[in-house]
Amino acid sequence: MIDLKDITKVYQIGEEKIYALNHVNLHIAPQEFVSVIGPSGSGKSTLMNIIGLLDTADAGVYTLDGIPINEYSENALAGVRNRKIGFVFQNFNLIAKLSAEENVELPLIYAGTPARERSEKVKKALEKVGLSSRAKHMPTELSGGQQQRVAIARALVTDPSVILADEPTGNLDSHTSAEIMEILEELNDQGKTVVLITHDNDIAKRAKRIVHILDGKLSEVRL
Amino acid sequence: MSMSFKMALRSIGSNKLRSVLTMLGIIIGVIALVVLVSLVNGATKSVNEQIASLGTNYMQIYIWNTWDDPLTSRELETWADGEELVETVAPTIQNSATAKFGARSKQVSVVGTTSAFYDIRGLKLEKGRFLKPVDVQNNSCICVLDSIAADNVVGYRDCVGQEISLNGIRYTVAGVLAENDSMMMFGGESTVYIPFSSMLRQYAELSGGIDSFYAIPPKGVSVSDAAVSVRNWLSGRFEKDEWGNDNFYVSTMDALEDSASSVTSVLSALLGGIASISLIVGGIGIMNIMLVTVTERTREIGIRKAIGATRRSILSQFLMEAVVLCMMGCIIGVFLSWCILNLANSVVQGLGLTFDLDAGVVLLAAAFCFAIGLIFGLYPANKAAKMKPIDALHYGG
Repeated sequence: MIDLKDITKVYQIGEEKIYALNHVNLHIAPQEFVSVIGPSGSGKSTLMNIIGLLDTADAGVYTLDGIPINEYSENALAGVRNRKIGFVFQNFNLIAKLSAEENVELPLIYAGTPARERSEKVKKALEKVGLSSRAKHMPTELSGGQQQRVAIARALVTDPSVILADEPTGNLDSHTSAEIMEILEELNDQGKTVVLITHDNDIAKRAKRIVHILDGKLSEVRL
Repeated sequence: MSMSFKMALRSIGSNKLRSVLTMLGIIIGVIALVVLVSLVNGATKSVNEQIASLGTNYMQIYIWNTWDDPLTSRELETWADGEELVETVAPTIQNSATAKFGARSKQVSVVGTTSAFYDIRGLKLEKGRFLKPVDVQNNSCICVLDSIAADNVVGYRDCVGQEISLNGIRYTVAGVLAENDSMMMFGGESTVYIPFSSMLRQYAELSGGIDSFYAIPPKGVSVSDAAVSVRNWLSGRFEKDEWGNDNFYVSTMDALEDSASSVTSVLSALLGGIASISLIVGGIGIMNIMLVTVTERTREIGIRKAIGATRRSILSQFLMEAVVLCMMGCIIGVFLSWCILNLANSVVQGLGLTFDLDAGVVLLAAAFCFAIGLIFGLYPANKAAKMKPIDALHYGG
């Protein structure tokens, strides 16, 4: 489903060229739970941005569901992000002016879902993350763990096949982290492909497969 | 669409002070446009009413050639009897004279005319009567004064039966005309009306040719149609002068109204133009704040793009915000204009002026604001829409 071949991303800093990703090859099958682990600056966020279609590689071929992504127009990419990929970020990235349910509803608005269907799906998604009672709250009125659960609800409301989680527990205490990881595992059990990016070995271990990244190079690890 | 409208309202509402300050430019521009144009329109209406009060639908014909085969009143009346498009005519000859009453002596304008003049000009009497057909038949030595002549020559209005002399010939005052705003407008000269036949006798040196006449069409015929028949007749009657111009001129109230309205429409276009500049300045304010908003909300744009917003939806969101901002400014501006015009009305009360909110200019202001929102919103909105999701997400942290 996700197939990266010779993906390279170079940043030019002054005279020096830095390879954020250096000829990376990675294949992720449907319904896999993969952790990408590496220290900060290793290129793992760049990898996630490329998999999530937020950024494009300088070289190499990225095939998503059998279609090379350079064949998509910018509008089509927005559509793919909307329907196939759900993002969970370290800092939640909720829109502060919108309530929890409005944040969750947003992807459905961009998908063009009719209003009645939207409210049903939003309700279900919030139920799934156990936040039905906080639907009307604004993000600032929610704890970090609750905010991250809203973000997860937002990620899965369009029923995407891939959940991309970039350090989802990075800003949370260990107890809340465990809760979030449980939700992610549950999603994987329900058939979603989950790609988890982290620098925390304990978190990474909960995945079925672990990929190590260092200085833009990937290696498979089995802990 | 309705979604971006809601988002726009929310975003505008989330920073009320800034939104109001941004709108202020548009509000002031709209007030300038609406109030100025409405004031000009109110003044125009009052000028047009005054023009209308000058008389009913008559025309005045000036004849430059009074010496060479002059047009006599008999000839004029004979023609008018046979002309369907002309109901009545009143010949006039105008000259000046020294009017004396007792020891008082004043220079006046003397008009020799017939009884028809009164109805054609729509005059009103303050005292006595106007000239009658019998006065003209008998070359009677009676005169009718307008209110200014009564004030200047006799010294008081209630002077029917008094005798004045014009260049030494004595005339009995038969009537005094009521005061009329329009007379003041056209110079306020003292005018004395005497029978047409008496005029010819008074000024023996005159050729007997009339130098001007008034005519009105029958009911249901427009002045301009009647004017055409007058022109046709006179072009046959008088040869052109040595430069090939007509020896007469037909003046209708239409022409006066036309020239008055062309003056006022130039005025309102000029003021409207100046006001439009302030609207454009307001638009620049909108653009400035929208650029700030886009920068402030870069991260939000990134999030929206990450979860599937297309360029188009981001563009329409910010464009909508600019347009809604402008239209809100427009509505507030129109409301304040209405208040200002009401205030102006209460100030000028009794001066015969009223200022109404002109529906046309309100529509114009609305269309203008909409266009400004679109034009000045487009650049910031496009800037937002073109952001790369990754750059936007990582902006400022």
